[in-house]
Amino acid sequence: MSREGIVNAVLLVGFVAVAAWAHFAGEPFTITLATRAAIFALAAVGLNFALGLGGLVSLGHAVFFGIGGYAMGILAFHAQNYTPLMEWPFAIPGTKVMPIIWLTAIVTAALAALVIGLLSLRTSGVYFIMITLAFGQMFFYFAISWSAYGGEDGLSIYIRNGFPGLNTLVPIQFFGICFVLLCAVLWFVSRMERSPFGLMLNAARQVPHRVETVGLDPQRAKLVAFVISGAITALAGALFADLNRFVSPTMFSWQTSGEIMIFVILGGVARLCGPVAGAALFVALEHWLGDLSDYWHIYLGLLLLLIVLFLRGGIVGFLAGRARAHD
Amino acid sequence: MSFLTLRGVTASYGASQALFGIDLDIAEGEVVALMGRNGMGKTTTVKAICRMLPAGGTITFDGKDLTRLPSHAAARLGIGLVPEGRRCFRDLTVWENLIAAHRPGAWDWQAVTRLFPRLAERRDQRAATLSGGEQQMLAVGRALMTNPRLLILDEATEGLAPLIRAEIWDAIARLKADTAMSILVIDKSLKELRQVADCAVLVARGRTVWTGAMADLDAETSAAHVGV
Repeated sequence: MSREGIVNAVLLVGFVAVAAWAHFAGEPFTITLATRAAIFALAAVGLNFALGLGGLVSLGHAVFFGIGGYAMGILAFHAQNYTPLMEWPFAIPGTKVMPIIWLTAIVTAALAALVIGLLSLRTSGVYFIMITLAFGQMFFYFAISWSAYGGEDGLSIYIRNGFPGLNTLVPIQFFGICFVLLCAVLWFVSRMERSPFGLMLNAARQVPHRVETVGLDPQRAKLVAFVISGAITALAGALFADLNRFVSPTMFSWQTSGEIMIFVILGGVARLCGPVAGAALFVALEHWLGDLSDYWHIYLGLLLLLIVLFLRGGIVGFLAGRARAHD
Repeated sequence: MSFLTLRGVTASYGASQALFGIDLDIAEGEVVALMGRNGMGKTTTVKAICRMLPAGGTITFDGKDLTRLPSHAAARLGIGLVPEGRRCFRDLTVWENLIAAHRPGAWDWQAVTRLFPRLAERRDQRAATLSGGEQQMLAVGRALMTNPRLLILDEATEGLAPLIRAEIWDAIARLKADTAMSILVIDKSLKELRQVADCAVLVARGRTVWTGAMADLDAETSAAHVGV
């Protein structure tokens, strides 16, 4: 196993160990923190797919996180009120079943990413950052004005959605769902990275015109990466809403986009488990430093500064050494 | 029957025109040498064929008009380019460089490493760490992995040690003997070109100045336009 493989394994086993310890020590709040970290990690794995592999600096991934959140919120809202989602041309009822909610979140976000990607990928560099940010703001203000689903106040879902065969209200079981999904997505991403598509995307990030001579359209490859990326982040959004049993426009805010990017940068851009390390560190700091001071973001900023200046590969880069060049 | 046809092809880099009228034909299975002095438009012609530059005139490949296609579409039609200066994907390993480029067909990892056994030895090495000769083999292998019907080699032996050059020429000769691929070769060594090429096209100042069978290329013509 490579050094990075060991670091990744330690990170994932660490997650399980913390959750298992908390479960047996009767510390449900710690399990919730671990669940929160796993969900943030999943959202950031999504962004890392576009950012690390495709070189797409998206500052609008809150769009997909929010779409996931609202997919859960809207479906569960209708289910708890016994009202159909729509009646014409055919009736669609709400649902409290997680897999259906996830699928809805993924498909909706993939479609949104397709449209946003088609428009944003005409640009690059700072313009791409700005246009994705603009899309994020559009969704944010739309959600605020969407009074049917709570507008600015958001939507509360009284009972966590269900998963066949499990009791999702038990913290360790919900953690299990989130963690298994995280691992499944990590496996998928690692397969994609080593597939011809992933390799080409990697090469295209460094020398876009060179991959064309072997028949790859770099723009199309980036669009596919952006769509996959958005779908993963949406899955995390649906889980996050279920964790809080609440969804609000905040999920669409640019601060959320920024935080997802912070997870990636803290942990290591383009490193498979970078987002996992980043999200875990973020949640730990949020908890510990948040106890010390309301202004804990100052320390987070300082840490981010140090990592960007001195640990270019993030936490995973520091622990596992330099991987391939990623500029 | 011509497979690739160029008629009156023009191209420019911004304001400076580089090609003024290139005519070129390659039949199926034929090896054509594109020759000329430095700066006369050989590489520009290749860029026009591979759609890396906007071009005027007509370029047809297997009956299809290439001039409006993007670069990747031309590659997908079956034009494999070994670019000048090799240009491998530096951060990918040999294996990754090859499988990333693979398109369905007879050329796969086995076939390419049979042609260049050395690539199999360097399987997990990053392209950037290979020697110049190995990078060249990788560049040829990568183009073959796309299973092209026309292979274009732009200065594939430039700057290599004599032994490696011999290996590359040997590979080209084997491609000619064993496959139905058309090959367009740009090179400076007339001696080797004479052995492998069926036809020659000479360019000067962005124009085709001589076309004919390699055997008909006399010393006077080649001295006038190629310098050897």
